[in-house]
Amino acid sequence: MTANTHPQLLVHDKADNVGVVVVEGLTAGTDMLCVCTEDNSDFRLTAKDDIPIGHKVALKALSEGDTIIKYGEDIGKMVGPAEIGGHVHTHNLKTKRW
Amino acid sequence: MAFDFTEATVKAWRRENGRVGVRNHVVILPVDDISNAACEAVANNVKGTMAIPHAYGRLQFGEDLDLHFRTIIGTGANPNVAAVVVIGIEPEWTKQVVEGIARTGKPVEGFWIEQNGDFETIRRASWKAKEFVHWATELQKEDCPLTDLWVSTKCGESDTTTGLSSCPTVGNMYDKLIPHGLYGVFGETSEITGAEHICAKRAANPEAADKFMKTFQAYQDEVIEPFKTSDLSDSQPTKGNILGGLTTIEEKALGNLEKIGRTSTYIDVLEPAEAPEKGRGLYFMDTSSAAAECVTLMAAAGYVIHTFPTGQGNVVGNPIVPVIKISGNPRTLRTMSEHIDVDVTGVLRRDMTIDQAGDALIEMVTRTANGRHTAAEALGHREFSMTKLYRSA
Repeated sequence: MTANTHPQLLVHDKADNVGVVVVEGLTAGTDMLCVCTEDNSDFRLTAKDDIPIGHKVALKALSEGDTIIKYGEDIGKMVGPAEIGGHVHTHNLKTKRW
Repeated sequence: MAFDFTEATVKAWRRENGRVGVRNHVVILPVDDISNAACEAVANNVKGTMAIPHAYGRLQFGEDLDLHFRTIIGTGANPNVAAVVVIGIEPEWTKQVVEGIARTGKPVEGFWIEQNGDFETIRRASWKAKEFVHWATELQKEDCPLTDLWVSTKCGESDTTTGLSSCPTVGNMYDKLIPHGLYGVFGETSEITGAEHICAKRAANPEAADKFMKTFQAYQDEVIEPFKTSDLSDSQPTKGNILGGLTTIEEKALGNLEKIGRTSTYIDVLEPAEAPEKGRGLYFMDTSSAAAECVTLMAAAGYVIHTFPTGQGNVVGNPIVPVIKISGNPRTLRTMSEHIDVDVTGVLRRDMTIDQAGDALIEMVTRTANGRHTAAEALGHREFSMTKLYRSA
């Protein structure tokens, strides 16, 4: 496999609305190869921000109050918006528990 | 070709009680904090021994004292330990620890400092320690089935890559080896928060599920509610977790649970440092999620190898149990590879499958059992942290 077939973004489950950046130094504007680990299907998405390795990216436009799904499960709710390809983290996502 | 684990054996020490140990330590074990100095002096006198200093052991009572004894006795009783010199300030509790360890059949002798002083205690204990070293170093390894090992797991400095790569690598190992008779254990009660409903479903029987939910709820009611400030967001996820991209405790918990694979189910729920008694299989242990505390409790329960997935790069080790580090985070492999034993970054590049990663871990468990020192052992990480339930008297 050559470097340009390595994904920049991995998604656990088809039901997820966020994915995880798996390369260092991802910059805004990158046309990402995204792979869903559940079935190895792939798609492409443009990153809207510089997003560090390990951090999450919105797979669709997200608004305050939206539930975030990862591993096919509820991991919290949006407390601010994110555009498709935008960064999702502590600035716009929070647990529903506390 | 895939590593054949079903027939695999390791060269290890079969102990007096039939358990298999992968290290052959002669341990100088303090009953209490004020006996640390004498233990360290003995370990300095007699090469090939190891003192395990710790912070507690005086004026504890009730459940907290029970846990202290269970941890100390369990550490001495662990099959990775060939023989033990126990030193305490007074005879009663010292004898209690000696008797607990002696149940394994291994050589153990106790010494106490009151009415002897450090000098006389160190002199007598050093003679015994030297005798134990001569004896232990002549013990021969023998072929033992790989699945006679007890292998624990707990992850640390997790990030989103652990849930994608290193945690499912451990899960794959358990899915392959537990059906062949391996003992496994996972824990981290606080880090199941958000996935407790999923964890309850992974119990092998209704009793274990019920016990898990009671343990989880007791932690919420007795620890979180009385002691919380605003919430747990300042410590769960940790600052390191958040730097690594984890945002919520639910997200962290789901990644954490990847360590028990797809098919493994737990047969019982253990108290901290409690030895499993329901036979071969996977167990859940009620533990802290702090790395050194959790590994110390699992070692005290009798587990002989620890598998430790890390994302951002936790460096923890244990005095008696080899801790195997697994990471799939390419930045961590680039910046701190001296700490990592199994590199699963290929999982994130999609040029290594979880099945291949699981085989690579099983191979490393085998090599570690055969004597390969882990990164944590080579780097001298010997963190021994007792769990304390409440203030001493």
